Amino acid sequence: MNDDCNDGDDDADDDDDDDDDDDDDNCSLESNYLNVNMSLSSKQKATVKDFFSKMSTRSDDIGAEALSRLVAVYPQTKSYFSHWKDASPGSAPVRKHGITIMGGVYDAVGKIDDLKGGLLSLSELHAFMLRVDPVNFKLLAHCMLVCMSMIFPEEFTPQVHVAVDKFLAQLALALAEKYR
Amino acid sequence: MVEWTDSERAVITSIFSNLDYEEIGRKSLCRCLIVYPWTQRYFGGFGNLYNAETILCNPLIAAHGTKILHGLDRALKNMDDIKNTYAELSLLHSDKLHVDPDNFRLLADCLTVVIAAKMGPAFTVETQVAWQKFLSVVVSALGRQYH
Repeated sequence: MNDDCNDGDDDADDDDDDDDDDDDDNCSLESNYLNVNMSLSSKQKATVKDFFSKMSTRSDDIGAEALSRLVAVYPQTKSYFSHWKDASPGSAPVRKHGITIMGGVYDAVGKIDDLKGGLLSLSELHAFMLRVDPVNFKLLAHCMLVCMSMIFPEEFTPQVHVAVDKFLAQLALALAEKYR
Repeated sequence: MVEWTDSERAVITSIFSNLDYEEIGRKSLCRCLIVYPWTQRYFGGFGNLYNAETILCNPLIAAHGTKILHGLDRALKNMDDIKNTYAELSLLHSDKLHVDPDNFRLLADCLTVVIAAKMGPAFTVETQVAWQKFLSVVVSALGRQYH
């Protein structure tokens, strides 16, 4: 038997969520094929808030590292930073901007019950000024997950992973809300 | 043909030489089934996948995770021709297993997260770049024979 078998102990009330998920089925009928709306259950929202709270002492590092890894692993993302003298991984402007982005993510955690409403102005910024192709939100989310996993290997369980991944996907949807 | 620098080869070789196939294989496949539950569609004969806990304790899944990870050994031994190395395996996944090739990418992402957790700070930016390049070549090769 492996140690992860004991990870289920805090899943004792997992079955309670199956009722929450049934309510979400109606939402998914409205969603368009490319933007499947996988809403967070109340337990997953709590998981996200809890993990981000644990993470808060290292949030700057995670933000800075995540953006560095984005431009390193997916070099095409540097196209958005041509106005910087140095857009290489680990550079000062990249680290600083990674911290800014992470601050925005933390802000969104506080608005987790209404991301679309709460992120309206940020969405307008991304839609009309920044015009970042939404595919890049997924790439950055992946880099954030990798950093969270590196820095909090014990806490970033599969259950936390799925909740955070869903949250970041919802966040990306809210940011792209005003695109067209 | 994909070009590999000496440093990229060294990174990939090093990761595999320190790899606990049972642990990492099991954790990666379990994580994929939990984070992307629709991937469970391919595991109908693997027993109880009811929730995260049962997935994590499922010995059939654990064994299959190990098997998948050992499948990567072939790419490691043939880094200069991964495309042809996986031609037959690609056909198998397409014609017999009927696996949507997007799943290869999902599993690769979970594997990256699990390796990052294992290696911690040793999973440097350079390491991640080389590792993801390797996985993306594997993923591409596995999807190549679909028709």
